[in-house]
Formats: sequence, C-alpha cells, structure tokens
Amino acid sequence: MRVGSTFNVAFRALRRNKMRSVLTALGIIIGVGAVIAMVGIGNGAKAQVEAQIASLGQNVILIFSGSTTSSGIRTGWGGAGTLKVEDAEAIRREVPGVVGVSEEVVSTTQVAAGNQNWFTRIYGESADYFDIRQWPLADGAPFTPQDVRSANKVCVIGRTTATQVYGNEDPVGQILRIKEVPFTVTGVLTPKGLSTQGMDQDDIVIMPYTSAMKRVIGGTNLRNINVQIGDARQIEAAQQQIISLLRQRHNIRPGRDDDFTVRNQQEIAEAATATSRIMTLLLGAIAGVSLVVGGIGIMNIMLVSVTERTREIGVRMAVGAHGSDILTQFLIEAVTLSSVGGVIGIICGVGASKILSAYAHWPTLISLSSIAIAFLFSGAVGIFFGFYPARKAAALDPIEALRYE
Amino acid sequence: MNNNGAVVKLLDVHKTYNTGEMEVNAVRGVSLEIHRAEFVALMGASGSGKSTLMNILGCLDRPTAGHYLLDDADVSGLDRDRLADIRNRKIGFVFQNFNLLPRTSARENVELPLLYSAQRLTNAQLREKADRVLASVGLGGREDHHPSQLSGGQQQRVAIARALINDPEVVLADEPTGNLDSRTSVEIMAIFQQLNERGITVIMVTHEQDIAAYARRNVIMRDGVILEDRPVARRANAAGELVRIQGAEAPPTL
Repeated sequence: MRVGSTFNVAFRALRRNKMRSVLTALGIIIGVGAVIAMVGIGNGAKAQVEAQIASLGQNVILIFSGSTTSSGIRTGWGGAGTLKVEDAEAIRREVPGVVGVSEEVVSTTQVAAGNQNWFTRIYGESADYFDIRQWPLADGAPFTPQDVRSANKVCVIGRTTATQVYGNEDPVGQILRIKEVPFTVTGVLTPKGLSTQGMDQDDIVIMPYTSAMKRVIGGTNLRNINVQIGDARQIEAAQQQIISLLRQRHNIRPGRDDDFTVRNQQEIAEAATATSRIMTLLLGAIAGVSLVVGGIGIMNIMLVSVTERTREIGVRMAVGAHGSDILTQFLIEAVTLSSVGGVIGIICGVGASKILSAYAHWPTLISLSSIAIAFLFSGAVGIFFGFYPARKAAALDPIEALRYE
Repeated sequence: MNNNGAVVKLLDVHKTYNTGEMEVNAVRGVSLEIHRAEFVALMGASGSGKSTLMNILGCLDRPTAGHYLLDDADVSGLDRDRLADIRNRKIGFVFQNFNLLPRTSARENVELPLLYSAQRLTNAQLREKADRVLASVGLGGREDHHPSQLSGGQQQRVAIARALINDPEVVLADEPTGNLDSRTSVEIMAIFQQLNERGITVIMVTHEQDIAAYARRNVIMRDGVILEDRPVARRANAAGELVRIQGAEAPPTL
C-alpha cells in the first residue's frame, strides 16, 4: 500500500550519494557487460562452426579409408588405400536412399598459366560433388559425368586460385597447366572463406577424380567417399548398410575391426560444437564470477549505508515506518543499483562485442535470451546481496537506532 | 468520547531490563493521567527512569507489567507494526538532536510521517500540507532549505512541524532545548506554549528547572517512581520574555 512512496524514498537516497551509487553499479556494469560480451563471442564461434558443418552439405555420410601400421608406423586415415572406386560404385548401386556419391582423391601441387604459377590443393571428385557440398559455381559450368567417365582434362577452380593465377582475367575457358598437363577451366566456384581450422577453402582446383588419378596423382585408391542421402531419416540405416557392404567387400571377418571409418555429418557437428559449447560455458562462468563480485560490492555498500543511516532508520520507525517498509526501501535501493547497472552493462557488453567483431573480426552472436537472462540475473543479484543488509536494517530497534552516534 | 478526558493513562507500569545476569528495574510502578491540552514537564536526574517512561509513552517500548491507555485504547500489548501505526497517527516526536534527515529539504523532512500513513495523498497534497505546517512554526519561505542551511532553532522548528503533520493526540519532546542556546530555547518554548494554547497535549522531558517552568504541570521522577506531581505555580511566559529580550537587544532609538 505504500510501495509508491517507498520507491521515491529509495531513489532519493541513491541520488543523495551519486558517486557511491555509480561506483557500486559499476561492479554490476562490468560483470553483466563481461557476461554479455563473452557469451556473445562463444556463441559467435559456435554459430560459425555450425555454419561450416552445414557447408559440408546436407545428409552427408563420409567414408574414410583406414590407416595401416607397417613396422610400427601408422599412416592415419586414408593411408591404407582400402577404398576403391569399385566400393563407391557398389554404394551407388546397392545402398537405398543414396542420391549422390563422390569419389575423392586429394593432392597438392604447383599449377601454372601464362607466366604465373601457384601452389594449391587438387581435389578429384565426381560430378555429384557440387550438389553434395551445395557449392554452386559463380561463373562457367561444372564438369559433367561424361567428363568423369572419359577422364577429360577439365577443372573448376576456387576464387583464390583464380585471382592468383589469372589476376583480373576471366579464367573460364583458359588453360591451366597441372604437372605440365593442360587442363581447361570450365568454371569458378563461389567463395566460401576460411574453414574452422583457418584454411582458405577457395584455394582449390577440383577436377574429375578419374583425371586426377590418371594424369596428376596416380594410383587407384580413394582417400574418401562422400555419400549424400535423400532423406535425413534414412541416414542411420544407410550408414549401417554401407558398413556391412564394405566389410563384405573387404572380406573382413566378424570380430575384426573395420579398415575404414564412417562418419555422418551429425556426429562431426556434435564433436565440433561440443568444443565451442564448452568454451562458451567457460567464458560465461569466468564473466559470471565478476558479476558475483559486483554483487558483493552491492552488499558491502548496503551494509555501510545501513550503519551510516541507522539514525535515519530510527527516525523513520519513530514516525511510523514498519519493519517491512524499511526492508523494501533498502531492497529497492539494492535492486535499483543492480538492475540499472545491468541495463548499462548490457549496452556496454553489446558495444564491446560489436567492436570486437568490427576490429578483431571475431564472430559474435548476441541473442535476445542472453540479454534477458543477464538482466534478470542482475536483478536477482540485487535481491540476493541486498536482502541481508535490508533485513538487518528492518530488525533495528527504534530506541537503539535513535540513540546511535 | 472519553469519560474523564485523559489522553494518557498509565496504570501501575513497570519496566524491567534483563541485561544478562542483572535485572534493572527502570520503572517500578508508575500510574499517571494526562488530560487533553495539558503541558507536562517530566523531570528527574539521569537514571531516574524518565527516559524509559518517555519511550513507553511514545510507544517505542512496551511495559513489562501494567497498562498504558492512549486515547482510551490499551496499547501495552501491541506488536511492533501496530505500535508503529499508533506512533504514526497519535504521537509526534521532538528530539534533543532534532533527528532530521540530512541532505533532505525541510519540506521532505516534514512530509516523512505522511509517507508511512494509511491515507493516500497526492504529491501536491503532501506538499501543501507540509508547507502549511512549516508556515505555522514560522518557517514559511524556507521549505527547500536543507538542515545544514538552517540554524539549530530552525532545525528544531522543522522537527516540531514534522511532529505536528499528522495532527497527533500527544507531542512528546525529549530535551527539546538541550542543544540550543538560552534565547533559542525561549523561542522553542514559545512555540510549545502556543501549540498548547491551541489545545495540543505536550509532554516534555527536561532536567532544567527554568525550562520546566514553561509547562503547566511538573512530574518529577526518582528511582523509577514518581516523587512529586505538582502544578506550576508561577508559569513562565515565553512570548513575553522574547519581547523583553528583543527590547534589550534593539539598538537605542533617538
């Protein structure tokens, strides 16, 4: 019933000690600002990872060749050369739900055109690759299944390679010499930017895998096979079928380990986002500590304030204030300090992450929910840390309080 | 309506403090009646129990035994919040050290009891009421002054205005002139006498004989009991004295 005037009383008290109020709120401002900025950075990194995982394509299953151990030296994935072109053919033929398969071989080499040359990555793929990776061309056309069958000397290049080799010239239709074999550039890919590991994804030459095996890399082994499934619900089943198909084709007896590895996109995404989720959590927790420190600052100042204003509390009680009026007054003071600090902190935190993404090029992502949580949390800090001093004030005996020097 | 006009009625009031091992009997059986429009000075040396009695009269404290009827209602058994409401509605306090809120205007100090009152007033009503009471104690035009900008006498007048804002049954003054020089003390006494003329009941604690002489009745305490209760035979007139002092101080006119 007296809430309105209690608010007035609290605001007046805060205005009377401007400097102290500002400094106390500063603790919360820094705390909330840090939480907002840190969680923004963490979420930004997570969103970037997720976007890159999504750029692998939809409903994709990756099959890697196994590793070998010879004289104790293990070669890593793809080293065993256990995946053959025929394995990919079999998957294409026998696994239901498959909409695209791309046999992949990878190498790095020097490429040249005119008087320019450049060291880049060569990817051998099937014509399905551009659909599987959802990687459209900016200019020109991709190579065709016919090109793959005939191992034609054609290729598609990334933006970085194009700029390095051809400068401002249009690369489509030009000749690119790869290991002294002239390839015709049929198209330029749309730029993808950096990968999670900081690799330039546009520094690339993509050609039919047949051409790559025959004219550039040699050998008949695939590093991996990319498979796209039409319906997300069939991924699990398809993955199982691929495993049993390959085990059968590779004559692996029951009980023996696979000589290949199958991962679907979901698993890759989970592994990658788990890292960034832990990072977000850590950053948020560290920033949360500073918010708690800010709360302790409020408690400290409120305790000082209660002691300092003991006489005032006595006078208020003498003229008719209930204990609950005094309690509300001091609680409102604490909550006002913390929530005003919270609002300013949110503004500072958003500003800090904008500056970070503008100048340091860190991706940041600030969600409305993190702002709402930060605001509610700062209010809760006020109530939590303001309650003890406020209760202490409310419990004062008016006679003692009036006599306090 | 009250049967015999007693605003304050104490019936065999005791107050015992329990300080660990020792029991202190501060008030030991006080019975007292104070009627409407009386001006009583409560006197006694320190330790006589007058402060304890004053706290009971002001509903800041409860008697350990006995009854306290304020305006015909027994308030001796009320809880903290009910006592706070009684203080708000029926009692006005004036303290020795004024007890004004620092860095707060005279008007806001006077409005204070209204903030805790059950009646809802708009800001304009609060202001109007506070300004009217301030004018009645001679502080018209100083409503926006802070205590630090006012003299001791003026601060005590702000405190009196605060005591009067809710039209109390009783004004309780605890050594109201203790921190003031003799001339300002006379000014404050003039205000109390004037209020008393208007029918306001005043109870004042003092240890100074000449201040007690402005009251109509003196109650003297010793060792927790009333030693003497007598009407003031030769009552001092503060207003008259002020005129005399001002005459003496006035520069000689040719």
